[in-house]
Order: sequence, then C-alpha cells, then structure tokens
Amino acid sequence: MKAKTVDKIATGVFIGIAAFIVLLLASLLGYILVRGVSHISWQFLTSPPQTIREGGGIGPQLFNSVFLLVLTMIITIPIGIGAGIYMSEYAKPNKMTGFIRLVVEVLSSFPSIIVGLFGLLVFVNFFDFGFSLFSGALALTVFNLPLMVRITEQGLKGVPLSQKEASLALGISKWTTIRSVMLPVALPVILTGTILAAGRIFGEAAALMFTAGMSSPRLDFTNWNPLDAVSPLNPFRPAETLAVHIWKVNSEGIAPDTPEIAAGASAVLVILVLVFNLGARMLGRYVHRKFTATK
Amino acid sequence: MAEIALSAKNLSVHYGAHGAVRNVSLDFAAKSVTALIGPSGCGKSTFLRSLNRMNDLIPNCKVTGEIWMKDRDINAPGTDVVAIRQKIGMVFQRPNPFHKSIYENIAYGPRYHGVKNKKKLDEIVEESLTRAALWDETKDRLHKSALALSGGQQQRLCIARSIAVKPDMILMDEPASALDPVSTAKIEELISELKREFCIVIVTHNMYQAARVSEKTAFFLTGQVVEYDSTDKMFTDPERAETSDYISGRFG
Ligand SMILES: Nc1ncnc2c1ncn2[C@@H]1O[C@H](COP(=O)(O)OP(=O)(O)OP(=O)(O)O)[C@@H](O)[C@H]1O
Ligand SMILES: [Mg+2]
Repeated sequence: MKAKTVDKIATGVFIGIAAFIVLLLASLLGYILVRGVSHISWQFLTSPPQTIREGGGIGPQLFNSVFLLVLTMIITIPIGIGAGIYMSEYAKPNKMTGFIRLVVEVLSSFPSIIVGLFGLLVFVNFFDFGFSLFSGALALTVFNLPLMVRITEQGLKGVPLSQKEASLALGISKWTTIRSVMLPVALPVILTGTILAAGRIFGEAAALMFTAGMSSPRLDFTNWNPLDAVSPLNPFRPAETLAVHIWKVNSEGIAPDTPEIAAGASAVLVILVLVFNLGARMLGRYVHRKFTATK
Repeated sequence: MAEIALSAKNLSVHYGAHGAVRNVSLDFAAKSVTALIGPSGCGKSTFLRSLNRMNDLIPNCKVTGEIWMKDRDINAPGTDVVAIRQKIGMVFQRPNPFHKSIYENIAYGPRYHGVKNKKKLDEIVEESLTRAALWDETKDRLHKSALALSGGQQQRLCIARSIAVKPDMILMDEPASALDPVSTAKIEELISELKREFCIVIVTHNMYQAARVSEKTAFFLTGQVVEYDSTDKMFTDPERAETSDYISGRFG
C-alpha cells in the first residue's frame, strides 16, 4: 500500500519534470522559429552579409558551415571508424586501451571553448595554418573523432556474437568477417550516430571563433579552383560559419536589421540541426529495414 | 577399422582456473555421426568448440592437448586457424543466418574461398540448398532476406551454408533444440543424408535423437568422457552404471 503511493508520487513527479522539459524545449524552438522564419527568403539565404546597410544575407556563412562539416567528416569518418574497429575488435583489453577509452571520453566532452583556444595555439599559430577552414576542421576533429570512435565501437559491440562466429566458422578471416558481416549489421547505429555528431558540429560556434575565424573574405562563387584565394573551396581561407555569424551579429552587429538577421540565421540553424536529427533517425530505420527485411 | 577424420588426444580446456574439459581423447570416424551426450555443464559444447578452434575467441580460454587431422596437430601453435575452420564447419544451437539474402548466406563462404564466377556460385547455391532440403522452399525467394525464414528453415540454411565451403566435417551443437518436432525430424533426416560424405559430431540432450542418428556415442560427465562406444551398445548394454543411469533418465 505504502510502496504503491510512493510509486504513484514518484511517477507523477517524473512525468511533471518531463512535461516541463518538453514544454521548455517546445517554447524555445517555437520562439526561435516564429521570430526567424518570416525573415528567411531565397535572397537571405544566398546573398552576402552587409556591415552597415540593411538587407544582408547569410549565403557565405551557410556555405562555410556546410563546407566545414564536409571537411571535418572527410577527416574524422575514416580515422574514427578505423580506430573504432581497432578498439572494438583488435585491441586486447588492458591498461593501454582503458587509457585510450578514458581520453576518448574526456575529449568528446571537453568544453568547446577550450578546444577552440587549443586550436588557436596549436593549429592556427604553431602549425601556422592561420584562421582557416582547415584549422577549424582540425579543431572540430578534436571532439568529433572521439565521438566517431565511440559510435563505431558501440555499433560493433551491438552486433550479436553469433553473427561473428557464424562467419569465422566458415573459415573466413577476421577482417572479412568485420567488413562483410559485422559492419553491415552495425551500419544503422554508426550512420545514425555519425549524423547526430554532424548536427553537433554544424551548430558549433565556440571552437570555431578562434580557429576558422570570424571573417569571411569576399568569395567568388564562380571560381571553383580550391587553390585560389577567392575560391569558396579554398580550405586555407578564413571562414565564418553560420553559428559564429549569429554570435557576431548579436554582439557587434551595427546594421539596422541586425535583430532580424540574427533571428533568421538562428531559425535556419535550428531547422538544419532538426533536419539532421530527424534525418538521422529516418535514415537509420530505413537502412536497418533494408539490411534485415529485404535485400 | 574405418578411416579416422579427426582425433583428439588428451584434450583439456580451462576457463581461467576452472577446468571444463579434462584429458579427453576421442576418435571420430569419417562418414559417420558421433553423438556427444551428458548432463548440462559437463563440457560438451566446450569440447566441440575446441575442435575447430572456436574457443580461441574466448579471451581466458586455454585449450591444451592435441587434435590430429590427417597427419597434422591442428591445436599446435602456428596453425592456420582460418584454413582449419573451412575444413571443420559448425552449426550452432540457435540458427544464426547472416543478415543478408538467402543467396548471399550461401555464396558468401565460397566467394571468399575463391569462387568468383557467377554461374559457378549459382550452382553451389542451388546444390547446397538442395542437399539441405531447402531448395524447393527457397528457389523463388533467393534474394529475399534469410531472416524471414522460419526457425527450422534458418537452421537448414545454416547447414547449407556450412556445406557450401566443402568441409570434411561438421560440428553441430544441439542443432535442433530450438526447433519444433517437424523441423527436428527434417534436421535428423538431413544429418543421416549428410553422413554419406561428412564426419558429423553432434551434441544433443535428446536420447532418442542420439539413438536415431549416430553410429557412436560419447558420454561426458564433469569434463571427462566416461564411456565411448557404438550407439547400439551404449543404449542397450553400457559398461558403466553412470551411463545407463543417465540414458535411462535417472539423473541429468
Ligand atoms: N565462456 C565461458 N567462460 C567461463 N566458463 C565457461 C564458459 N563457457 C562455459 N563455461 C563453463 O564450462 C563448463 C562447461 O560448459 P559447456 O557449455 O561446455 O557445457 P555443456 O555440456 O555444453 O552444457 P549444456 O548441455 O548446458 O550446453 C561449465 O561449468 C560452464 O560454466
Ligand atoms: Mg552446450
């Protein structure tokens, strides 16, 4: 009787807290979207920002965010998946792997401003990459790589042992077993995790202010030679991303329509991060179906 | 005396300090079925998994002794474990088809072992499924997922998959224990069919199954072989009291 009452009260409290959090999130999202969506237009999404006049857009910033994401993923996906496979399947459990796991945990939960300052010291100054997309991508790698390692490891650990044994029992090498039997089963988990991680990178600001920089040089969107200074594809140019732009406009914008620009850019960012999250789930489910139900 | 396919000599297996199999020596004749029986936890699976070096996967598991196949000790250090496992197939207690199509489940092994020709692979798939008595049920859905098959069909697929890589022997660990009586009967029929070509070692808790399918039976008790003889003899006139007690269901 007593235990039942306690149970009821506890359940009520938890539901209350959960409802409050959901409400808070919903209103936050609603606020950002309501304020910003009306400002989003093709013109806003494609034109460059203005310093003092109104009518500035977020074109280059949007491009920078996407490009930086792609660069980071090019670096982290192969290394992260490789390291994850190693940690999960090849490394013998001992002090060393325990230590690596600890480092992975710590790195992926590091405050991003610290990662940004570290990037400033190491990539921007010491290696002299300057404020550039490349420095930014390396800074993002610092916390995305551990995440990728963990995601891969979790994905592989989730594959039933019976699958691995079935393949090895056919006289098939360990590497082929991992590649042809285990990775396909783990793929939905890895894919979902990767896209969620991409969402985090996309919204990152603090780690990029001092690495990718807060300025965007004039870009010539007709010049696709990555070695040219004005080319959007040049990885060694400074590049302000969308999230950094929001921060900058908010703190030092002087154009008359600054609040609208900040609101519009925030809405775009939120929508894109939402798309990443929902897309990850849907794709994960789709791939899972594809691999299990029908080939 | 029939040809010996595999011969274990003084095989012992330890999990850490715990000895699960102690000093077991058994010969398995080619083209025949040997049943391993005994109460739960007596080390049948452990012994079976040592034969194709599957216990190598378990970190604290140590297998000592010799396993002779033709004239090689395949338990010796430096043995090519991957090549050994091709020669000694394994069917597990729970059906574990790959999360792939029926066709791919079969073709995966032979392709890895060097059969690249599409036509040849098609032939192997058809032949293996036919021999596992599964062809008629699957020929119209070869490219559908294997996971959509029933448990009994999945287990026959697993058998087809292991014969597709042309082993010399097949180890089966309670292959029918997760199946209904009809599927079980099919598996037993299949085993009787396959023994024309393979050396089969089967672990079972079903005394009738052991009596029906096997030529020889080994009775395990707490990690040791108590008695090993022809199945007829074991079931009608065993030498040891423990054997007759176990078989007649007085313990275990
Ligand atoms: N991975 C493992 N780690 C440690 N001990 C194990 C492991 N697998 C089995 N054992 C132990 O080894 C002994 C033999 O187990 P095994 O699974 O070989 O028995 P079995 O005869 O196959 O039993 P069953 O009929 O229930 O399948 C048991 O005491 C078991 O607890
Ligand atoms: Mg067992």
